[in-house]
Amino acid sequence: MRTEEPEDPVMRVALFVTCVNDAVFPATGVATVRVLERLGVEVDFPAAQTCCGQPQFNTGYRAETAPLVRRTVRAFEGYAYVVTPSGSCAAMVRHHYASFGGEAAGLAPRVYELTEFLVDVLGVTDVGAYFPHRVTYHPSCHGLRLLGLGERPRRLLEAVKGLELVELPGAEECCGFGGTFAVKNPDVSAAMGADKIANALSTGAEVLCGADNSCLLHVGGMLTRQGAPLRAVHLADILASTEEEPWR
Amino acid sequence: MTTDSRARVLARIRAAVAGAPEAPDVTRGYRTSHATEDPDALLDLLHENLADYRAHVHRSGPDGLPELIAVLLAERGVRSVVVPPGLPEEWLAATGAERRSDAPRLTPYELDGIDAVVTGCAVAIAETGTIVLDGGPGQGRRALTLVPDLHVCVVGAPEQVVASVPQALPRLDPARPLTWISGPSATSDIELDRVEGVHGPRTLEVILVTPRPAGG
Amino acid sequence: MSDTFGGTFVGMPAFPEAARAAVGDATLRANLRHATHTIRDKRARAVAELDDWAELRQAGKEIKDRTLRHLADHLLRLEEAVTAAGGTVHWAADAAEANRIVTGLVRATGETEVVKVKSMATQEIGLNEHLAAEGIAAYETDLAELIVQLGEDRPSHILVPAIHRNRGEIRDIFREKMGSWGRPAPEGLSDTPADLAEAARLHLREKFLRAKVGISGANFMVAETGTLVVVESEGNGRMCLTLPETLISVVGVEKVVPTWRDLEVFLQTLPRSSTAERMNPYTSMWTGTSDDDGPSDFHLVLLDNGRTDALADEVGRQALRCIRCSACLNVCPVYERAGGHAYGSVYPGPIGAILTPQLRGTVSEVDASLPYASSLCGACYEVCPVAIDIPKVLVHLRERVAAEGGRGHRLERAAIKASSWVLDHPTALAAGERIASATRALHPKRLPGPGARQWSEHRNLPELPAEPFRDWWKRNRR
Repeated sequence: MRTEEPEDPVMRVALFVTCVNDAVFPATGVATVRVLERLGVEVDFPAAQTCCGQPQFNTGYRAETAPLVRRTVRAFEGYAYVVTPSGSCAAMVRHHYASFGGEAAGLAPRVYELTEFLVDVLGVTDVGAYFPHRVTYHPSCHGLRLLGLGERPRRLLEAVKGLELVELPGAEECCGFGGTFAVKNPDVSAAMGADKIANALSTGAEVLCGADNSCLLHVGGMLTRQGAPLRAVHLADILASTEEEPWR
Repeated sequence: MTTDSRARVLARIRAAVAGAPEAPDVTRGYRTSHATEDPDALLDLLHENLADYRAHVHRSGPDGLPELIAVLLAERGVRSVVVPPGLPEEWLAATGAERRSDAPRLTPYELDGIDAVVTGCAVAIAETGTIVLDGGPGQGRRALTLVPDLHVCVVGAPEQVVASVPQALPRLDPARPLTWISGPSATSDIELDRVEGVHGPRTLEVILVTPRPAGG
Repeated sequence: MSDTFGGTFVGMPAFPEAARAAVGDATLRANLRHATHTIRDKRARAVAELDDWAELRQAGKEIKDRTLRHLADHLLRLEEAVTAAGGTVHWAADAAEANRIVTGLVRATGETEVVKVKSMATQEIGLNEHLAAEGIAAYETDLAELIVQLGEDRPSHILVPAIHRNRGEIRDIFREKMGSWGRPAPEGLSDTPADLAEAARLHLREKFLRAKVGISGANFMVAETGTLVVVESEGNGRMCLTLPETLISVVGVEKVVPTWRDLEVFLQTLPRSSTAERMNPYTSMWTGTSDDDGPSDFHLVLLDNGRTDALADEVGRQALRCIRCSACLNVCPVYERAGGHAYGSVYPGPIGAILTPQLRGTVSEVDASLPYASSLCGACYEVCPVAIDIPKVLVHLRERVAAEGGRGHRLERAAIKASSWVLDHPTALAAGERIASATRALHPKRLPGPGARQWSEHRNLPELPAEPFRDWWKRNRR
């Protein structure tokens, strides 16, 4: 096994799976658990967690967001590391929780987006994954601009055995999801999504990888509607895939 | 009416920020220059940046200046040239073009009938390829360098050349009308693509005068 | 919409409907894509030349914030300096008053035509329409403004109001319309940008030469010196600022900067952010009047028109830092597809989406829809040379619109409240997830109903999993 071992083999983290992954993409939650456990990390899933409140907050419902903020903060009390496979939800906690006062600010420094946790905390880029496919990577906006994930996702992908990473033209442009934007401005959202897909298809990739399933819900939904020869797959699913237990 | 509005607007402004926290002092962590201190390199940078925005740039020593100006005017078929007050007489000593004085003040229509203008400048900025006119001796009022289609501008190096915008501002007097010129008139209004030549002079010739002839 | 905010955009539909039409217009999409992508890459290169960009951006933000905090003092100082230099300062609380003042000043000269430098403030107040109604012809002299005016069109971009037009369309407008405004377009006019620029030069020259009154805005006003600054490219600004006998400048109160030195920041950040140049071709600076140079009569009209409302909002006031560079429009993926007209205001794009609802409120349908005209991708904030956190202000304004409970928002609040309740009760949430998973074979790919229809018009719904993650966890890890 080429897997690099983390320094502290009994490190314990709380998985912040996010509401979208819980209800719609549980496989990404499972994949995150598999990757972390493979690296010797002990994973907990505090069942009191639900939603970080981002959709409500970004739509202008601060008062309705507050109980979800309190719930999320309580759910992850006592964990030094809270790991989430969503740049967008991590950004919500990191950038907006402090404005809710009380203990909410205390969670921010303990929340890590998955690639941050792997690269910065565990110091790992090769997680021992195997994924023999042509992949192009879409850096979702909140991970890119609010968290500054930078090269982390690409470094992880480049270390995956068998994976061919191809450049996505216009990579840094928004896919058009934007939470309730997708339903409040459906035509512009779809036009943005269509351009993202056209760019992704132009690479000849089989897989459009992202680190935020909400964006992939949108882009993937357009891909399946078009019957395009391209699948939207979360980064965690790729990192979890091994020669023994390959993806799908 | 407007007196009332003055009081009203001021009162609204004061009310709007009454409870606001004090804003922090300005941190000026930026550079005062991005360029080298070396005068020769600075002149090269000015040359390069002026040319990059389609000014025609020439080098000359003081002795060769009249001849160079005459050649540049002749090349463009100039028959008449505006002479701003205070322009050194010898600069136009070699040209055969008709010299037009701005005293009495030329009308816009008269200016429109003149082919060129020759001026000095107040300061030139290397980093941005900019020359600044302040209406001082040898520059004239702003219209003189605006209406004729050819502007020949003489820059004295190294004394008139600064590296950057932060270095240029303290050398300028805000009480004088100032014109900052970076290349000939241009527009980006068609498909956000830059093309030269709209209302201002479509040709800008800049002569960088050094104490010794270039290369000497 | 009240007529105090210009009549240009009366009756605009809300953003989503207006954008729908734009998205379906292939020519418009191609024009916007071409123009915004051209300038995007150039801006990035121009900014990358300065390794202290972050510090310049920070200084620009701080200068503006500090100025706004003491705005009244700086305006009084400006007034004193302009007056001492021979100018006259007027104060206009709203658009109607500004229009009245300007009309009175033009009338006093006895002239019936004026030449104009491109100015967002005068567009905002609908000055041209007001002057026309008073029998005064206002000629726009900026190339893009000219294209808009001749085409009886509306501006769609802050820097390049005719960005929605390509060269062929511009040639056609010039050929058809120039003759009825003055000198016709040259015979056989081609669609090359150089020839189009030449046509504008010839058409406008006669107007410049005979102009007695010029009207402008200003990019900056320096309080300590009384200096006004206009940044431009073509030389039309210089013409209007220099040749007429009377100059009237209409400027928003937020355009003041305290010191001469402060210009060293903005004269570096504005050109690079705006036209992606190290420096724009022409910048004019004048202080009151000068004996032998330029207009002998100078009037400065300081405009509020909603700016003090924005100033009173502790989150929203940062929009008043804006130096109108339009970098945020050029990088915005929503602007690129929807075009400027959909924003229903002279301020389109991300900055318009936060400025317009603050200047004129969120009463009209289009204004209430503007804070939602963004996917919150954050590209605008990234390029803003004065660090306006546009996504933050958008969310803040959404709170305001939602609280006002207008069309659709009462229903939305009810739904959000219900979902928040479920999300605050994990047992109920888990039950709901299980029901959804258990019935997944019955779920259609497209759904009717608000929200669901908008979603499934363009996208398939995902296949729901056999079980939610929390159930997998229970079965496998506990």
